[in-house]
Amino acid sequence: MSNVMNVNPTEKKSLNPFRFINTERMVPKILLLIASVSILTSIGIVLTLVIDASHFFREVPLKQIFSSELAPLRENPSFGFLPLICGTFVTSGIAMLVAIPIGLSAAIYLSEFSAPSRRKVLKPIIEVLAGIPTIVYGFFAYSFVTPLLMQVIPNLEAKNALSPGIVMGIMIIPLVTSLSEDAMNAVPRRIREGALALGSTRLEVAIKVIVPAAISGIIASFVLAISRAIGETMIVTIASGSTKNFTLNFTQPMQTMTGYIVEFTSGDAGSGTIGYYSLYAVGLLLFIFTLLMNLVAKYITKKYRKEY
Amino acid sequence: MDGMTIVYEEKAEKKNTVKTYINKDLAYRRMKRRILLDKIAKVVFSSTIVFALVVLGLLLYRVISQSIGWLDLQFITSKLSISPEKAGIKGVIVGSVLLMVVVAPVTMFLGVATAVYMEEYSKKGKIHELINTNISNLSGVPSVIFGLLGLTVFGRLLNFGSSILAGGLTMSLLVLPIVVVSSQEAIKTVPGFLRDASYALGATKWTTIRKIVLPTALPGIMTGSILSLSRAIGETAPLVVLGIPTLILRTPNSLMDDFTALPIQIYYWTLDTVLTKEYANLAAATIVVLLMLLFILNSIAIVIRNKFQKRY
Repeated sequence: MSNVMNVNPTEKKSLNPFRFINTERMVPKILLLIASVSILTSIGIVLTLVIDASHFFREVPLKQIFSSELAPLRENPSFGFLPLICGTFVTSGIAMLVAIPIGLSAAIYLSEFSAPSRRKVLKPIIEVLAGIPTIVYGFFAYSFVTPLLMQVIPNLEAKNALSPGIVMGIMIIPLVTSLSEDAMNAVPRRIREGALALGSTRLEVAIKVIVPAAISGIIASFVLAISRAIGETMIVTIASGSTKNFTLNFTQPMQTMTGYIVEFTSGDAGSGTIGYYSLYAVGLLLFIFTLLMNLVAKYITKKYRKEY
Repeated sequence: MDGMTIVYEEKAEKKNTVKTYINKDLAYRRMKRRILLDKIAKVVFSSTIVFALVVLGLLLYRVISQSIGWLDLQFITSKLSISPEKAGIKGVIVGSVLLMVVVAPVTMFLGVATAVYMEEYSKKGKIHELINTNISNLSGVPSVIFGLLGLTVFGRLLNFGSSILAGGLTMSLLVLPIVVVSSQEAIKTVPGFLRDASYALGATKWTTIRKIVLPTALPGIMTGSILSLSRAIGETAPLVVLGIPTLILRTPNSLMDDFTALPIQIYYWTLDTVLTKEYANLAAATIVVLLMLLFILNSIAIVIRNKFQKRY
């Protein structure tokens, strides 16, 4: 007993060589330092894109950038980005035509028609589609979907915008389904049951009550899906080719913004050339597009969310 | 006078129809139509799920059937080669594994530290808000852009070239938001009474975090980290942008070596099917290996979640 009493706490503490460091005070500072890596990443992204893109914008007149002629490797190169923007929007548009109706229908089914036990099984299976690497979808689009489509559309080229668009849509279905379903599930039960008690069928409840009530979440999921499609790289790089076509004809090969970045970094342009800097200009454009989409999605969910 | 007669007539009409408020025949027909529509809608909506499942099945069937005859022990254990018969993916698998060796510790360290800071130290402050928005914005940035960042910062500025280190660090930043968000969720689920008990015993905040919060949140943190690894292992675009060389016959043995990873090899083989048809089979076989790896990773994550996650 007396031993315990005699222990001098300061004596033990003095053995610690780091005793002059106050751990409790240091830890939050160190953690903040580490946490700032994520902020540094964002700053890094913006800086690399802006700095290197500025070299490009200094050398290439704006009029040329908004022209439809893209020939970066020619002796007298021309950098019109319209073909890339057009390619991006054609493939993303096709993807949306696939993903929005299918994804939303699946969400309505899961949230309004299926029994909870069945939903528990089906939802994870659909989400498997989201876990498959995009390169696998690219392979699938190029080696399976394109030959299949060629039998239906005879003048389809081996590389085209249609096949990657469709496959990209399939890839995005889980995103639309899962986010829309979450939004529909957030509509309180009493509203759903009120409508059912008034004699509505399930379809009427879904179309006239639940979807309107969850519309902000649903639209936000569409916008996020568009952003995903615009930023998607490997599927379009593999299956839609690297021809810089300025056309809306989806049977033709086209190049997207992401495809251009991949094609060019794979060794065609040496560091310091305008071609190399054009990568960053396209990257900046892509970054701005996707960031805008994400901000719009966030704005929609925040502004139009109904509180129950 | 005219108005009077109209009113009178209306009253007369009402008197006549008062016995039949509801036209049962009409109501029955409408109800039938509505129920039919409801049934049709159910079939149509559920068919979209069937469609998704069929596509998934087709994709797997297609890949597996193309890999049959090519995916064997020799394919996994031998080196890359130009001739399809001799080609194997030993070096490619080693590349992917080494990439994970970089990504796993880096993301876990950065991600968990960020999550601890946000959940334990900066509750609802301005910095909390800033990091939160930043993380959610980062997770929306396309992976190619991360490739450009890696190319500039790790590849050229720090002169790592297209080494495993450069690829791994780029990938770590890419999957960082996943680890941060899942670790935050895990830390949030640690019940308050555990913390209070720790404080009551005289533990300091940092000791409580180290000895109580993190061990309790570990299963959730592990699940999130493994899922982020499975994202990193399948990601192609950032590595391609970093400029991973087309054909590397050597197996990498240090972190500064050039390398190739599973998705990259799938990419190049798919592109080269135009030249050599058998490359499609090699790509399919590599895809099967990649999907199996992903399956194993996800299974581990699910097992950890189900087995170790306590509910309070």
